[in-house]
Amino acid sequence: MSQALDEVKIGGLGASRQRVEDARFIRGRGNYVDDIVLPGMLHMEILRSPLAHARIKSIDTSKAWAIPGVRLVLTGEMAAQRNLAWMPTLSYDTQAVLATDKVRFQGQEVACVVADDPYIARDGVEAIVVEYEPLPPIVNPVQALAPDAPLIRDDKEGQTDNVCYRWEVGDAEATERAFAEADVVSKLKLHYPRSHPSPIECCGSVADYNSATGKLTVYMTTQAPHIIRAAVALVAELPEHMIRIISPDIGGGFGNKVPVYPGYVCSILCSILTGRPVKWIEDKTGNLVSTGFGRDMYLTGEMALRADGKILAVRFHADTDQGAFFSDAQPSKFKVGLLHSAFACYDVPHGHITAQGTYTNKAPGGVAYRCSFRVTEAMFFQERMVQAAADDLGMDQAEFRRINLREDDSFPARTPFGFLVDSGQYAKCLQMGLDAIGYEDFKREQAEARKRGRYLGIGISTMTEPLGAGNSREYDILGIKMFDSAELRVHPTGKAILRTGAKTQGQGHETTWAQIVSHELGIPADDIVVEEGDTDHAPFGMGTYASRSTPVAGAAVSMVSRKIRAKARKLAAHLLEVSEEDVEWELGRFYVRGAQSRGVTIQECAMAAYTNMPDGMEPGLENNAYYDPPNLTWPFACYIATVEIDPETGVWDVLRLVAVDDCGVRINPMVVEGQITGGLTEAYAMSNMQFQTYDAEGNIVGGNYMDYLLPTAWETPGFELHEVVTPCPHHPIGAKGVGECAAVGGPAAFVNAVMNAIGHTGVRNIDMPLLPDRVWDAIRTGKDISGAPPFRNA
Amino acid sequence: MYPSRFRYEAPRSLGEAFALLAEHGDEAKVLAGGQSLIPLVKLRFAAPAMLVDINGIPELAYHREDADGSLRIGALCRHADLERSPLLPGNHPTMAAAAPLVADPIVRTRGTLVGSLCHADPQGDWASVMLALNGEIIAQGPNGRRTIPAVDFVVGPFQNALHPGEIAVEARVPAARGTVSGSYLKLERRVGDFATAGVAVAIESVGGQVIRAGIGLTGVGAGNIKAVEAEQSLVGYTLDPDVIARAAELAAGAARPKTDHRGSAEYKRHVVATFVRRALSGYRAPVAA
Repeated sequence: MSQALDEVKIGGLGASRQRVEDARFIRGRGNYVDDIVLPGMLHMEILRSPLAHARIKSIDTSKAWAIPGVRLVLTGEMAAQRNLAWMPTLSYDTQAVLATDKVRFQGQEVACVVADDPYIARDGVEAIVVEYEPLPPIVNPVQALAPDAPLIRDDKEGQTDNVCYRWEVGDAEATERAFAEADVVSKLKLHYPRSHPSPIECCGSVADYNSATGKLTVYMTTQAPHIIRAAVALVAELPEHMIRIISPDIGGGFGNKVPVYPGYVCSILCSILTGRPVKWIEDKTGNLVSTGFGRDMYLTGEMALRADGKILAVRFHADTDQGAFFSDAQPSKFKVGLLHSAFACYDVPHGHITAQGTYTNKAPGGVAYRCSFRVTEAMFFQERMVQAAADDLGMDQAEFRRINLREDDSFPARTPFGFLVDSGQYAKCLQMGLDAIGYEDFKREQAEARKRGRYLGIGISTMTEPLGAGNSREYDILGIKMFDSAELRVHPTGKAILRTGAKTQGQGHETTWAQIVSHELGIPADDIVVEEGDTDHAPFGMGTYASRSTPVAGAAVSMVSRKIRAKARKLAAHLLEVSEEDVEWELGRFYVRGAQSRGVTIQECAMAAYTNMPDGMEPGLENNAYYDPPNLTWPFACYIATVEIDPETGVWDVLRLVAVDDCGVRINPMVVEGQITGGLTEAYAMSNMQFQTYDAEGNIVGGNYMDYLLPTAWETPGFELHEVVTPCPHHPIGAKGVGECAAVGGPAAFVNAVMNAIGHTGVRNIDMPLLPDRVWDAIRTGKDISGAPPFRNA
Repeated sequence: MYPSRFRYEAPRSLGEAFALLAEHGDEAKVLAGGQSLIPLVKLRFAAPAMLVDINGIPELAYHREDADGSLRIGALCRHADLERSPLLPGNHPTMAAAAPLVADPIVRTRGTLVGSLCHADPQGDWASVMLALNGEIIAQGPNGRRTIPAVDFVVGPFQNALHPGEIAVEARVPAARGTVSGSYLKLERRVGDFATAGVAVAIESVGGQVIRAGIGLTGVGAGNIKAVEAEQSLVGYTLDPDVIARAAELAAGAARPKTDHRGSAEYKRHVVATFVRRALSGYRAPVAA
């Protein structure tokens, strides 16, 4: 009779295990970068440019140096002597560490002050006098491309205009032929406004260069510590073994903590120059005005349609506003990340995409804010285009999707832009969502309400997105392939420590990785400690972003556990005195085939690995695994929102939001639901209130939490979550990424619902955020509202 | 937060506080709830050399109704005290409607009504309520007390009528006559945001006929606006739709909004008209938790 352990009871796959990291977080016992205090530590503060575009005529630091307690005032000129005034970006551009020639955006780093305490450091920053010669600022791609536009990147040899890249993908000719045969061509133009990941913990570092040993230790807020080590080795020309990056507890990343920022580099340089540890902790405004933003993309496109609703082809153009430096933190070989994953869930035979990036006098970045590198813009455009097409055809939006979604037996399928989508049950997810919301009933209610002057609307968003960069063919950083890693050590008593090359920032790895080990080995999850983020301890990995942890590092956890199990099987055979071929596995124990009661537990095998191994066997029970995924993972989601608009004020309320997520096998359902809830909250924020913009002088709007709004529990609607499970065909436990689905697919559901509610007015599009005044204006005028507020139709 | 260096004193009596203010003059700022001053100091937009913390002066922590029905609110009465006060819902409906809409629950726990008036932020909620209710501010200094009508208290954005050395110790809402009605309606992008537009309406009526009307506007000008013509248009009338529509139009005309990231000027003016109409029609705003 089987003596296998109950997997859910030991905290394996499918257990909604309480998050083990929360015990310290909710007691205030976490250990964040700002909690690090080292003997003799100094404090650094950055002087930022008040102007968007200006030539630096002079910098007078004498008054700052004169303040008691100021230890160092660092300027770009001093950094240049160490060849560190500029640094490379992850998009093969360069970015100023400290400005030497010009400032190119408001908030750019100009100098920094190192002092005995953070108060004095700020006094020092205030005492620096910079003389600027203002230059005309450029705040959008149209201005950037004007014939007489000033050249922003005059530092780059051969750069004669403000274009930073051009890119295209797909088959233009085949697409053109498909358009020629179309019964209907549907068009859409929109702007996805600039947003900011805005983790509650801002960026920061404590750099500690030990001049006696030559070792540099940097505690920093990074989602990818191993990459940082490699980057520091290459940029600062320090030997890699003398660099230790420690990413302690991280208070949220959302893509913001992938890039290398000037503050990190300055803290390292200041530690080298002063010979003392130097702490830099960014404030909220510093984070919002200078670190990696998301989106800021203008999309124009069209869809070729047959009268019966079949999509024949799609083509669109994207203009991306990159800010002053092209520093998109993305590892793909494609210039606009995975923008071309658009329309992957639909059977679209032909497509063509063009894109162009421009430099502007705005903060650089273009990070993947809770998405896989421009996937959010792709899916938003896709779902807004789908709604516009259904409207143009006079077809029900659900029916239009039914006609065009890929069918279950069509996988694997190649998209017109080259992706291989490998699994899904799209129609089932859509139907589950429609049933949950009561689609037909709502449409009747909507028609009734309209007669009484009430504006109800329903919006759908369905999408699959590529999560889990990479595979090594198409994804790398600095040439390093996008694999990930895990190392597992099982101690003599059967307890274990697991380390991976990923880095949790709220995802709950300490909880969920243990569950994968538990699933593979039958060791209770509570007996496994998980550690990440210290490059001297953890195996080399590419970090956590793009929902890649479970698809890549999670797979490595599975694979290393299986290596351990393979060795344990040999130990079991030895203990049971049978040949290895006669040993069977059930969760938590090996037994003799045909004599199930005769067995040994995984813990007994562990003890034997240190006390009683067979002759010739290497002692110990530990191993590591490096995993290079064969493909991305393709979760699917269907989000359906219903809203009611107050037509007098334009204020809209979410009535319901139904989410159906298929992210394959769920390791910890509670953690997955948390991810979806968080993502939908961010999606709601984007659609309703959140944006950054710049005025004509290049002053940022949205550089603090008075102007850049995070939704609170008060206004965030409740979400109704449902699930479908289509296992990933290539992942060891069938899991797919999930962290970003809701933030990526959610915004279109809310916007489509509002547009559906005012469909009778003839308005086709209101650009996000759908602030009440914009909705009111659209209803009143019957005209589209474009561009970021407060500027209209720019 | 890393403000500039400042001295901090926590007097235990008003006398001690006046002495400190006399000694330090313009260099000193009074700290009560701190919900406006502390952010300014944090951002180094303000750098007072001395903070005089009045939180240790217990006689300022009160709000009460006098026998004649007027309401007195001490300098340490928190927004949250008013939000939970049993005195407000019956006789002071405009105050009762505004209290839960000020900022967010965290700010309301520490921030004070009098402090909000002194800060004179054009987007402050209480100033509109005080304008609608013909409220007064009691200023006290070493030479005694004086009463400043709310309409004269704010002399410019972030500037009040206090003399150096004075402390605003109390706000007073005069007693109403007849039947009291009113509300405060606020459109905000998110809880805790400043008003895109806000409207305070206070009506006193006898036998259905308005004998006094007060209308204050938030977030639609360089300061809070008392919509005097709209107020006067109501007096002597019953609140029928035509009268309400006229007052709404006059209030919108009194607004001086600017287009910004919260909304267009045109929209804000429209919201003023809509909210005045709703408030006069007995529309009940949803009350925040």
